[in-house]
Amino acid sequence: MKSSRSYQEFDVPYEAGMTVLSALLHAKEYSDHSIAIRYSCRMASCGSCGMMINGVPRLACYTQVAELPEATITVGPLDHYPLVRDLVTSFDGFFDKHRSVAPFLIRKDAIEQATATSEFAQSSRELDEFLQFSYCIKCGLCNAACPTMTNDPAFIGPQALGQAYRYIADSRDEGAMQRLGAVDSRHGIWRCHFAGSCSFVCPKGVDPALAIQKLRWLTASKPGSNKAGTKPLPILTK
Amino acid sequence: MVETMTFDIAIVGSGIAGLRAAIEAAQSANGKLSIAVITKVQAMRSHSVSAEGGTAAVLYPDKGDTFESHIYDTIKGSDFLADQDAVEFFVRAMPAEIYRLEHWGMPWSRIEDGRIAQRNFGGYNFPRATFAADRVGFFEMQTLYDTTRKFDNIQFFQEWFATSLIVDHGIFRGLTAIDMKTGSFHAFQAKAGIIATGGAGRLYRFATYGYSSTPDGLSLAYHAGAPIEDMEFVQFHPTGLIPSGILITEGARGDGAILLNNKGDRFMKKYAPEKLDLASRDVVSRAIMTEINEGRGLRDEVSGMDHVLLDLRPVGAEKIKANLSGIREIAIKFKGIDPIDEPLPVRPVCHYTMGGIRTNVKAETQIAGLWSAGEAACVSINGANRLGANSTAECLVFGAQSGAGAASYASGQASHAPDQQVVEAEEKRLFDEILHGSGSENPYEARTQVQTIMDTYAYVYRDGPGLTEGLKQLRTLHNTAFRHVDDQAKEYNSNFTDVLELESMFEVAEIVLAGGLARTESRGAHSRTDYPKRDDNKWLKHTLAYRDAEGPRIEYAPVTITKYTPAERHY
Repeated sequence: MKSSRSYQEFDVPYEAGMTVLSALLHAKEYSDHSIAIRYSCRMASCGSCGMMINGVPRLACYTQVAELPEATITVGPLDHYPLVRDLVTSFDGFFDKHRSVAPFLIRKDAIEQATATSEFAQSSRELDEFLQFSYCIKCGLCNAACPTMTNDPAFIGPQALGQAYRYIADSRDEGAMQRLGAVDSRHGIWRCHFAGSCSFVCPKGVDPALAIQKLRWLTASKPGSNKAGTKPLPILTK
Repeated sequence: MVETMTFDIAIVGSGIAGLRAAIEAAQSANGKLSIAVITKVQAMRSHSVSAEGGTAAVLYPDKGDTFESHIYDTIKGSDFLADQDAVEFFVRAMPAEIYRLEHWGMPWSRIEDGRIAQRNFGGYNFPRATFAADRVGFFEMQTLYDTTRKFDNIQFFQEWFATSLIVDHGIFRGLTAIDMKTGSFHAFQAKAGIIATGGAGRLYRFATYGYSSTPDGLSLAYHAGAPIEDMEFVQFHPTGLIPSGILITEGARGDGAILLNNKGDRFMKKYAPEKLDLASRDVVSRAIMTEINEGRGLRDEVSGMDHVLLDLRPVGAEKIKANLSGIREIAIKFKGIDPIDEPLPVRPVCHYTMGGIRTNVKAETQIAGLWSAGEAACVSINGANRLGANSTAECLVFGAQSGAGAASYASGQASHAPDQQVVEAEEKRLFDEILHGSGSENPYEARTQVQTIMDTYAYVYRDGPGLTEGLKQLRTLHNTAFRHVDDQAKEYNSNFTDVLELESMFEVAEIVLAGGLARTESRGAHSRTDYPKRDDNKWLKHTLAYRDAEGPRIEYAPVTITKYTPAERHY
């Protein structure tokens, strides 16, 4: 379903501390009630308001008008996502790709997992192994920035791959082999060309590019994948 | 014929309570129940993500913590309006929720021996706020949403706006909703329902809440005949960053931050000599407003907002970077101030509504087949004032309760097709009366006016004349011609849903003002300058608001007292 697309212009009075989101909401409330835009928390926790701002995927609530170089700001829907209307895109495919990497803690003893009466011990060092990747708010900016997504819409993408690593690297998880199987594929980790655009645009410091490289390293060390026969990493005995 | 989908359980809302309920129901009955989660946002974007400080639980009896202590702190914090049997149940159920989340992958902060860490929080006699850096709500939401992806029997309906409940002879049968993506109208047939739609805070302009926190879920129940309880008790968190209203967690004070007035004095020593800056929230918010009203505040040049200062320098750079990195980022990004070097300008901000849909300890509402949990519900755990770290906790316990209750009920229940006439009448109301309504008032301006009325007449300090004036202005505004939608497109029509939200804002704002006007005492967060004392003889009771033709009909219900005698609160 293709429709003709064009830009609409709105003049918004500037106030100190104004974000691109508050400017857009001003336009919606006073100039054109029909502007379709997704937003909620206005403090970069919920991940709703991702959009192209002057050609770069950014959160509208986390972009101060004052930090942009000119008074004319160009906004558009995120690249690589099917358009719903105006600035709103469909995230159905994004959520499906996330689910495809089994993004939850896997324990062999499912009963023990469901009836816990105390915690698994985890040191601060073990927590630090995966914590940065946990900051992902599923805003989708990384998949929008990724050049591979332009040419290969089936690419699993930096967000899902980052979350695959988040769980593999968690000392409590026992699902590494299952997840590596899911990402060790033609449209998985081997499609990444290490542009690094994903990590560049991530508003939470997740560094999905790093996660993908770590996944490749782990995959190459999988038992049976290395002809020289070196021992697999302890993380892969899970 | 309106398209109808059938499920065993329909959950409205996808915050911590809604997602916890979904998982509980999905795991029940050998995984055989079908669960629909209907949410007006994308599931993981509910405002629970913004909770920062912690989740309270008694994890360390070996270090001296006790259930008794958590129970009493909560009841005292509530200014003795909490139902004590519910608090006893809640406190005992909490530790298991912490460990369950941990086993689902929650990245709780840890102590040296690898066990889960806890921190100091306002109003507690033991440091029992379990934390995950300063983003506990975000990490809980992530853990719960990610865990829902294990279950094929949980189906999400994201950006579906629920418009009414279908209730037949007092029994829940389903609900109606608009699929925002296409604009199409649908009915859900469900044996059991759960409302977990969160708080009502966007009734106020200066609020920590996201824009989605409007009281539509409360209106669903209100229209179906369920009473809304204790709505006059609105929590103003002491430290909202100006001018945005973004929350600066109480955890900052838990880690050593202090409040200062324009003379550089730590003024809390006057108001709470023992607990100082960690007294309960209503005490601290009143202290701040008193300082401001008596001329010891500061004024922000840009926004004109009066405020005091929250000084984090005593916490130290290392600890700020480890435990409070989130709020440091917020202060720098949204106010250009680094709390390592400079104090933050803060003011009491609308943060939580103690009131909500009345439920019992099992999270059941007064409508058969309908449960409610989380901030949308009022059990009552929090009474007249909530302690920090008890809301995320409440969402977990009563999310689980409602999921279990709904699952058990649905397993033995036949499914009933909704009355097509009722469904079609709802369709007519939405599309003929509102989408195709006419009017000259800008609904967005009307919305701002509702918020201004609340900010002015129902803030930290209220009085009879103010509440009366607020009601008058609100009712006048409600009669203006705002009920129209300029945008006539079907796809993603947020103009339409914004007007629907505004309707529920009018209804619930009226309940807050009417309940506040009727309650001639001060208790917890409800502070009347004309009735400054707590009056247990006349007012140790819950306010219940029922929907009537002329507005809310107010009734009262007793507080359940088990063994804690109401006493005067000192911090």
